[in-house]
Amino acid sequence: MSDSPESIEILDRLAAEALAELEKASDSQALERWHTTYLGRKGKVTLSVRRVGELPKEERPVFGQRANQLKQRLEAAYEERVQLVKAQEIEKALVEGAIDVTLPGRPVLRGRLHPSTQTLRRILQIWADMGFQVYRSRDVETDEYNFQLLNFPPYHPAREMQDTFYTTQPDVLLRTHTSPGQIHAMREYCPQPIRVVLPGMCYRYEQITARSEIQFHQVEGLAVGYNIRFTDLKGTLTDFAQRMFGAGRKTRFRASYFPFTEPSAEMDVECILCNGKGCRLCKYTGWLEILGCGMVHPTVLQNGGYNPNRYSGYAFGMGVERIAMLRYGIEDIRYFWSNDLRFLEQF
Amino acid sequence: MKVPISWLKDYVDILLSVTELAERLTLAGLEVSGIEYLGIEGASLPWDRDRIVVAHILAVRPHPNADRLVLADVDYGAGQVETVVTGAPNLFPYLGKDIRHLNLKSPFALEGALLFDGHKDDGSKMVLRGRAVRGIMNRHMLCSEKELGISDDHTGILILDADAPTGMPLADVLGTAILDIELTPSMARCASIIGVAREVAALTGQRVRYPDYTNLPLEGPSLSERVVIKTENAPLNPRFCAALIEGIQIGPSPYWMQLRLRLAGMRPINNVVDVSNYVMLEVGQPNHAFDYDALRARADRYAGSGQPIQIITRLAREGERIQTLDGVERVLQPFTMLVTDPAGPLSIGGIMGGAESEVHAGTRNILLEAAAWDFINIRRSVQAYGLNSEAAYRFSRGVHPAQAWFGALRAAQLIQRLAGGVIARDIIDYYPAPPPAITVDLPLAEVRRILGVDLPPQEVRRILEALEFQVDEPEKDVLYVTAPDHRMDIGADVVGRADLIEEIARVYGYDRFPNTQIEDVMPPQRDNLALLHEELIRDLLVEAGLQEVMTYRLTSPQREALLCPPGATLDKRPYVTIANPINPERTVMRHSLLAGILDVLAQNLRQRERVVVFELGPVFLPSSEGSELPDEVPALCIVLAGQREPVVWQGSDTRLMDFFDLKGIIEALLEGLHVSRPTFQPADNPTYYPGRTANVLVDNETVGVFGQLHPLVQEAFDLPRQVPVLAAEIDLRCLETHIPSHFTVRPLPRFPVVRQDIALVVDENIPAQQVEAAIMQAGGRLLAGVRLFDVYRGAQIGSGKKSLAYTLTFSAEDRTLTDQEVARVQARIVRSLESSLGAQLRG
Ligand SMILES: [Zn+2]
Repeated sequence: MSDSPESIEILDRLAAEALAELEKASDSQALERWHTTYLGRKGKVTLSVRRVGELPKEERPVFGQRANQLKQRLEAAYEERVQLVKAQEIEKALVEGAIDVTLPGRPVLRGRLHPSTQTLRRILQIWADMGFQVYRSRDVETDEYNFQLLNFPPYHPAREMQDTFYTTQPDVLLRTHTSPGQIHAMREYCPQPIRVVLPGMCYRYEQITARSEIQFHQVEGLAVGYNIRFTDLKGTLTDFAQRMFGAGRKTRFRASYFPFTEPSAEMDVECILCNGKGCRLCKYTGWLEILGCGMVHPTVLQNGGYNPNRYSGYAFGMGVERIAMLRYGIEDIRYFWSNDLRFLEQF
Repeated sequence: MKVPISWLKDYVDILLSVTELAERLTLAGLEVSGIEYLGIEGASLPWDRDRIVVAHILAVRPHPNADRLVLADVDYGAGQVETVVTGAPNLFPYLGKDIRHLNLKSPFALEGALLFDGHKDDGSKMVLRGRAVRGIMNRHMLCSEKELGISDDHTGILILDADAPTGMPLADVLGTAILDIELTPSMARCASIIGVAREVAALTGQRVRYPDYTNLPLEGPSLSERVVIKTENAPLNPRFCAALIEGIQIGPSPYWMQLRLRLAGMRPINNVVDVSNYVMLEVGQPNHAFDYDALRARADRYAGSGQPIQIITRLAREGERIQTLDGVERVLQPFTMLVTDPAGPLSIGGIMGGAESEVHAGTRNILLEAAAWDFINIRRSVQAYGLNSEAAYRFSRGVHPAQAWFGALRAAQLIQRLAGGVIARDIIDYYPAPPPAITVDLPLAEVRRILGVDLPPQEVRRILEALEFQVDEPEKDVLYVTAPDHRMDIGADVVGRADLIEEIARVYGYDRFPNTQIEDVMPPQRDNLALLHEELIRDLLVEAGLQEVMTYRLTSPQREALLCPPGATLDKRPYVTIANPINPERTVMRHSLLAGILDVLAQNLRQRERVVVFELGPVFLPSSEGSELPDEVPALCIVLAGQREPVVWQGSDTRLMDFFDLKGIIEALLEGLHVSRPTFQPADNPTYYPGRTANVLVDNETVGVFGQLHPLVQEAFDLPRQVPVLAAEIDLRCLETHIPSHFTVRPLPRFPVVRQDIALVVDENIPAQQVEAAIMQAGGRLLAGVRLFDVYRGAQIGSGKKSLAYTLTFSAEDRTLTDQEVARVQARIVRSLESSLGAQLRG
C-alpha cells in the first residue's frame, strides 16, 4: 500500500487547479462557469469522485473521505468567493449609479382653486365651525330686496353708499351686497332662529381700477334669535378675526352706519403687515378695515317676519377679495378676474 | 367735511390733542380720514413762533432808490420799529399816508425764519437772510400767503384783520389743524361746525357754546307788509324764514372769514355770499340771498307797483324752465320744488338760485331765505339735474326745520355786521308744517336686551342728555326721551329705541363692551346640497389637474355672438341688460361661460404652451316661469388647449391635446360624482367642430356638450389656428339631479380574476360605445370589466373596418372560474357581436 496512491494525487492536483481557477473568476458569470466546470453535475470534481468505483477496494475509504473533504473545501471557497464578488459588483454598481440629484423633478401637473374660492372656503369653514350654514341667493335682484326691505327707501341718501347697476327692467338690478339674502333667509326660516352665512357675487357701478372692481364676492352673516346681543356680535367677530388673521391679533369696533343694522359698527384688525405700528398698507393708522356689522335693524327683522320686540339679531358682511388682498399682499384687485395663470398658479 | 379745529373751538372747549380727538370721533362714527395742519406742528411749514409774528404797519415810505419798492415801518411788539423793503403792490395805496389808525396788520417774518420761496412753484423753502435791497439793508419780511403756505397767492402781502394782536405768534392767530371727516348719511346733522361741536361736547363731557342770536338790531321798516310768503306744498317745504337787510355795501369779507371758508373748502366771493356760506358751514342751514330790488322789479312788472311781493313755493309746472346762477338754462321736472313769484320761478328750492335775482356787486337790499325742504324730494331733484352744491348736499341728507330760524337770524346778524345796512324789524317765519316732537319710551331692559350688558341708569341718562336729548323717567327704569330739534334720525317706537340704543352704545364706547359667545338656542342645522355638489366638482377637477378661473359675469351680446360662426343661428334669448353700463364690454349678464373663458385662454396661450382651466358659476337665462328675474343656472365650462405635457428634460408627451383628453376629464368627473354610467352621442352644435363634438348623457338626459371648437370660432377669439381648443359646457342644474346622495362600494373579488384579450373587427361606422355595450350585455354576470386598449385600421383588416382590442376581466363571487367557463363566456360574446354588429374575431 503506497503512502500516496495515484488516485489521491490526482485529487490533490485537481484541488489545486480548481482553487487557482477560482481566484481568477472575478464576476458572477465567471463564478457560475467555474462552478459548472468543477462542481456541476458533469464537473471535473464530480466526475473524479464518481470514479471511486474504479479503485481497488482498499483505497476506496480513504479516497472517498478525501474527495468529500475536497468538495466541501471547494464549495466553501466558492461561497466565499461569491460573496466577495457580489460585494465588489454592488460597490461598482453604486459608484456607477450616482446621479445629479440637483436636476429638476418631473413636474406634477397640479390643478388649483381660484384664490377667491380658497379664501371663501376658509371664511365659510370658520363660520361653519361656529354653527353658521351657507345660504345663497340670486345675483339679479329686485330693488325691493336689495334696498327697500333693508331700510333704504327710494331716493334715500344711504343709496349713495352703493353705486348700482340697474337693468332695463324697472326695479330690477344687480345686487350691490349679499344682504338681500338676509330677507330671503328670514322669510324662509321664520320663526326659527337663524345662523347663516351668505356668500355671493356683488356688483357696484365703479370704474375698474387697481382698488375697485365692478364685481366682487361678499360674505354676509346673519344670526337671529331670542337673545342675540351686541356683545355676542363683538365676541364672535373677534373669534373670527383671530382665526382668519392669527391668534392674538387685536380688533377694534367703531361706530358706523348701515341702514339695515343698528347699532352699526366697522371692525378693524391690527395691521397684519406692521402689527399696528403704521405702514403704507394701513395708511399709517395701524388698523385695517375688515368688515361692517351691527344689530339687525328692527325694520329689517319685521320685514323678515320676526317681531323686533321679541327677537334680536346681528349681521356682518365682508369682502372676500379684500381679505385675500390683505392676506396675500395683492396690490391690484384686477388680478382676480384677469385670470393670468402666472398669478393663479401662485396659490 | 373739513373742520378747522380753531373754528370748532369757538363752540366747544377741546382738552384732547388733535390725534386723540380724531381717534375719539372715529370710534364714535365720525370717521376722521385725514388731518391737515396749517402753520402748526404737523404742517409742511410750521410757523416759527419766535420769528413769524403779527406786525402793525405804521407807515409806508418811498424807497430812495427804486420806484417799484417801498419801505414799511412796522411794530412787531418788540418795542422798536423795524423797517423792511417790500414790493407788495397792495401797500402802494398807503404810500406817504397816515395809516397808523387803520391798524394794518400783516405777518412779519424775522431773519432766520423758514418760509416757502415765493418765487418758486415747486414748494421749495428758504431761510430768511438779511441782504441789501437797492442800497437799503433788509433783514426781515412782510409775508404773502404763498410764503406762509396758506395759498398760492403771491400778488401782495397778507393783510390780517385789524384786531390781530401785534406781536402775537402767527401760529396762534391763524394756525390750526383741520380734520377731514367722512360723514355717513346718518350723521347729516354733523355737516356743520356746530354739529361736530355737539358731538365733541357729548364725547368729551363739555358743553356747546352756541352763537348769540339775541339782540339783533331790528331797525328797518316792516318786511311782512312788503313780502308775502306761501307754499302750495307744505310737506315738501315745511318752513320758510325770510329777513330783509337794506342798505348794505357789497365788499370783501374779513380775513378770518375768508380763511375759514377756504380751510373748509369753499371759495370766498364777497361779504354777502361769504356770510351765506359761512352760516351754512357753521349752523348747517343752507340759505339764499336774493337781490330784493330784482324781486321788487318783477313784482312791479307783473302786478303793478306797490303790491307786496308774493313768494310762493310749489312744484314745477309742465315745461317750466329757469336759468340757474351757474348760467345753465334748465327744464324743470314736475317733482321739483321751486321758489317762485307770480312771474315764474326764482330758484330751485334748496338747490340753486336763479340768475335773475342773483346778488351782484351793486346789490343794496337783500332778501334772505332760510327754508326747510323734504330731503328725499331734494335728493331726487339733485339726481335729476346732476347738481351737487354744498346746499344740496346738506338738504338732501336732511336739515331739521328748526334750524331754518337759527340760520335766518345768524345770517342776518352777520350780513348786517359785515356789510352794514339795517335789518327789517320783523323776520318772517312761515312754518306751515312743523314736525311733531319725537318722544321715545326706552325701558332700560331693552338696552340690556340689545347690548347685552347692564349700563348704569345714570350713565344712560348722562349720555342722552349730553347729546341734548330731554330725558324724563316717569316710572322706574323707563326713560321717556325726546329728541332735540337738530335731529331727524330718531324714529318712533321700536325703531326709535334702536336709534337711542345706538347713540348710547356709540357714546359709551364700543370698546368698553365685553366679548361674549352666543347663548341663544342653536337653529336647526341644514346642509346646502347644491353648494356641496359644486365644491365636489371643483375638487374633482382640481384633482384632475385643472386650474379654476373666474371671469366677469357681465359681458356683451357681441362677445357671446362670436360663439356662433357666420351662418349659424344666433342665440336669440333676451339678456338681462344693464341700463347704466360702465363700459361697452360689460352690458349684459352672460348666457354662457364659454366666451369669457375663451378670452382667458387666448390671453394665457400667448405666454405658455399649455392651458387647462375651468370655471363654475351661474349663467343668466330668461325665466322659465315668466318671472321678471332671470333663472340663474349653475354651469361648468372646461377649456383645454396646447401640449399634453410641458417640455421637460426627462422627455414628455408634447403632442397637442385632443378630444379624448377632454373626454377623459369628463369621464373622471362623472365617475367622481358617482352618477350612473354616462353615454355619449355625436352632437351638432354651431360652436363646435362637426364630427368632433358629443353630447354627454346621464340616465338618458343630456347634461352637456363638449368637443373641439369650430375653427371659425377659434379664429373669432384670436386663438391660434394650429392648436385645437377643446371645450365642454355642462349644465350643473341638470347634472345635479343625477348625483346620488350616497353610493356603495363593490366587495373586492375573493377568487382569482381571469384576463383575456380579444380583438374584434367591426365596420368603421359602428361607435365603440355600442361595441362595448354589446360586450357587457353578452358577457353577463361573470364579465367584470371591459377595457379598450387598441384601435387598429389598416390593410390587414380591409378598408371601412376597424379592429378594437379589449382586455376582458372575468370573475365570480363564489368560485374560481375554470378555463372552460371563461372560454364559454368569451365565445358567447363573440357570437353575440357577430350576429348583432357583424363583428369578427380577429385571429
Ligand atoms: Zn400697517
